[in-house]
Amino acid sequence: MTVTANQHERTIDTTARPDSRAAGATSSGRPGRGRRSGRRKRSLVAYLYVLPAFVVFAVFLGWPFIQTVQYSFYDWDGLSPATWAGLSNYLSVFTDSALRGAFGHALILMVFYAVIPVMLGLFLTALISRANALRGMSAFRTILFLPQVIASVVVATIWVSIYSQDGLVNGTLRLLGLDGLARVWLGDYAFALPAIGFVGTWLNIGLCLVLFLSGVGNIQPELFEAARLDGASARREFFSITLPALRGQIAVALTLTIVSALKTFDLVYVTTGGGPGTSTTVPAYEAYNRAFNTGQVGSAAAVAIALTVVIMVVTALISRIQPKDVQ
Amino acid sequence: MRLTRREKVVDYVVLSLFALFAIIPLVGVLLSAVTPSAANEGGFALPTKIDLGNFATAWTEGHFATYMTSSILVTVGVIVLTTVLSVLAGFAFARLDFAGSGIIFFIMLAGLMLPAEAFIIPLYFNLRSVGMTDTYQSLILPQTAQSLAFGIFWMRNQFRAFPGEIIEAARIDGARDLRVLWQVIVPPSLAPIMTMCVLVAMWTWNEFLMPLVLITSEDRRTAPLGLAFFKGEHLTDYSLLSAAGIIVAIPIVVLYFFLQKRFISGMLGGISAK
Repeated sequence: MTVTANQHERTIDTTARPDSRAAGATSSGRPGRGRRSGRRKRSLVAYLYVLPAFVVFAVFLGWPFIQTVQYSFYDWDGLSPATWAGLSNYLSVFTDSALRGAFGHALILMVFYAVIPVMLGLFLTALISRANALRGMSAFRTILFLPQVIASVVVATIWVSIYSQDGLVNGTLRLLGLDGLARVWLGDYAFALPAIGFVGTWLNIGLCLVLFLSGVGNIQPELFEAARLDGASARREFFSITLPALRGQIAVALTLTIVSALKTFDLVYVTTGGGPGTSTTVPAYEAYNRAFNTGQVGSAAAVAIALTVVIMVVTALISRIQPKDVQ
Repeated sequence: MRLTRREKVVDYVVLSLFALFAIIPLVGVLLSAVTPSAANEGGFALPTKIDLGNFATAWTEGHFATYMTSSILVTVGVIVLTTVLSVLAGFAFARLDFAGSGIIFFIMLAGLMLPAEAFIIPLYFNLRSVGMTDTYQSLILPQTAQSLAFGIFWMRNQFRAFPGEIIEAARIDGARDLRVLWQVIVPPSLAPIMTMCVLVAMWTWNEFLMPLVLITSEDRRTAPLGLAFFKGEHLTDYSLLSAAGIIVAIPIVVLYFFLQKRFISGMLGGISAK
């Protein structure tokens, strides 16, 4: 395999010579016959370094992704021959109420996964902006970040018991004399989706706080001291020093949390399976369910591609608030 | 910078409050796991009698010995493959000139954003047609492909920051690229390589969708997949479910407590460096 690949590179070598020479010359900056030929040889060997990774990537991720695009233009149940469907699978993302609902649910999850943690994280950061220098901060950081490393299936199992009939939430409500509010949270048409969203808030609030506090820790202390000497209020200090300095961290937090909201699958699969009714379906769940349970492979592929496009657009939009001089 | 007394008190109160918020569900699970099944109603009461037998029952009834073995095999496989491939490719992208390096790097980096749903459907049919579904390879290879986007990006950044004079000096001494890589660049880069390994370990161990789709026979289920099935069989036995959940989560949590700086810096720095 490697030998044939090597041979293949060599045939490319002769045809692509001017190109690779130019690349070698610009980067070495020191032309010379021996060096140039050394460069060229090295540049071909470079493909061998990348090839194993590229093959694994292409076979198990890149090509299947292109096939997903292809599938999305067909009606296929996974068994019988596929029939051309044009754009109808994509149109149904907008017209099929089940799919529209799933994307709508993802939007609501975004509020719980991203908006609340980021806003709350910023508010707390304003309140305790210099906590990063605190003794014991690393212990706090470890605990705040802990939910992020626990398998989502385990997280789901934990919250199923918290939301159960006699679980922590209902127990606390009864303790406060609010028995009327107690309910089977994950079995309730109105409350199942917010209940799942709240798990996202629990997951992401610590991440945002850790990220923002470390960002404030990177701001030069002189800036704060100067502001205090000038008699700036805490509010002013936050809006003119802290917030602008945190742009990079805010971009990272938004990217991580929004993408995690859009990708939600494990949590829904384990806690509600999309129910009750279709009140907690999400795009990733619809894609899985249609492809592997209900035999709507083409539609599933279109949902997956639509989800991918949404993720890419959101990521691109967020990167605009990231300062350019970060690197 | 000095913190005033009042500031410190506010800081500690806020941090403790949110640390409590993060930890209460986890403490609840610990309590639930040591409460005898008969006395457990899903609440977070302090157990009157500690029963460690739940772990043993969950372990044997849930066949977690098998599932944990599968998870270990798959995780180790993905770590080894990802490390070797990312170090090689990261080195090429950081230090070697070749036509198309920018575009190839960009394509592989785009893999970071791809949700698994965007490739797992054809992947399942492809693997099935060559008889590869329901094997460990069918989990190891796609998850390696998924980890490579991060791994290559991470290693390229590390190798770019590596002092060029040292590499040039080794080259003048006649060392070939591969020797430069393994003997000059890799040894001082073990710390970032470790960071990559723990992150890949976490992602692979915790992965759910891939085994859900690609594994059908019970003895190849990974730990999270096993837990999902176990939950289906013991819907309201919260003691057993909690014990099983702890069994599944504990390897990564222990790793995290030892290497928390690597976890946090990797998960946050990996993206912020972009």
